[in-house]
Amino acid sequence: MFNAITHSQIYVLDQDQALDFYVGKLGLEVAADIDLGPMRWLAVCVPGHPERQILLEKPGPPATSEETAQQVRDLVTKGAMGGWLILTTDDCRGTYEKLLAQGVEFTEEPTERPYGTDCGLRDPFGNRIRFTQPKF
Amino acid sequence: MNRATEESNRRMLRARDAMDRGYAEPLDVPALARIAHVSPAHFARTFRATFGETPHRYLQRRRVERAMALLRETDRSVTEISFAVGFGSPGTFSRTFRDIVGRSPRAYRKETASLTVPTCFAMAWTRPADAPAAGD
Repeated sequence: MFNAITHSQIYVLDQDQALDFYVGKLGLEVAADIDLGPMRWLAVCVPGHPERQILLEKPGPPATSEETAQQVRDLVTKGAMGGWLILTTDDCRGTYEKLLAQGVEFTEEPTERPYGTDCGLRDPFGNRIRFTQPKF
Repeated sequence: MNRATEESNRRMLRARDAMDRGYAEPLDVPALARIAHVSPAHFARTFRATFGETPHRYLQRRRVERAMALLRETDRSVTEISFAVGFGSPGTFSRTFRDIVGRSPRAYRKETASLTVPTCFAMAWTRPADAPAAGD
């Protein structure tokens, strides 16, 4: 039936601030940044892997009403929005130290798990992100 | 007005994240209020309005959730576990555990098998609900 997952979506509250964070701090790459008029199609990917993109979508009209957008914003900032990301890395602790020095807010420091070394952080809006150094 | 709520949500989330990270440490409302940059009285009130429970209750559930994991996954004694997750005395731990989970730490250990899902999910989804249903 299906071949691949190519695009996923996460809500952000400000796309410029999202770019600073996802590209400037996390080191992801801009996969697409297109002004579609009523919306800005902004997607990022792991460098060199455009086959899997994350759309950084800002809630609001015309896709949703102002009132619904406000509900989404409320959930995102409470850390209760559903969409979130897990990335992999070759060096969990090194990446953690580097991001910590840049002021990234961590929810969990690197911790040994049965499946690898794993830690958790938040984006500037409240979304959950994790990265894992898998154990092979 | 709305932006003020979002800013407040993020501050409360930042303090809640501090509880998630530092649950084993002695944490008090003044320290958490400093993380959120608000007064202690404002913090307790706003946290409850934002997440539907008091900071104290959230921290208790967080500690009990970790205790449940240690009971499931290790052979450490109940006394050891009570200190490891941040309770000042085993008596307070057992009372709080029973109040939240509905049975004693020893009974829980006897009746529960270990989980095989990623730890971050296990932590979020095995956290006991605020008020167990009557008869549970």
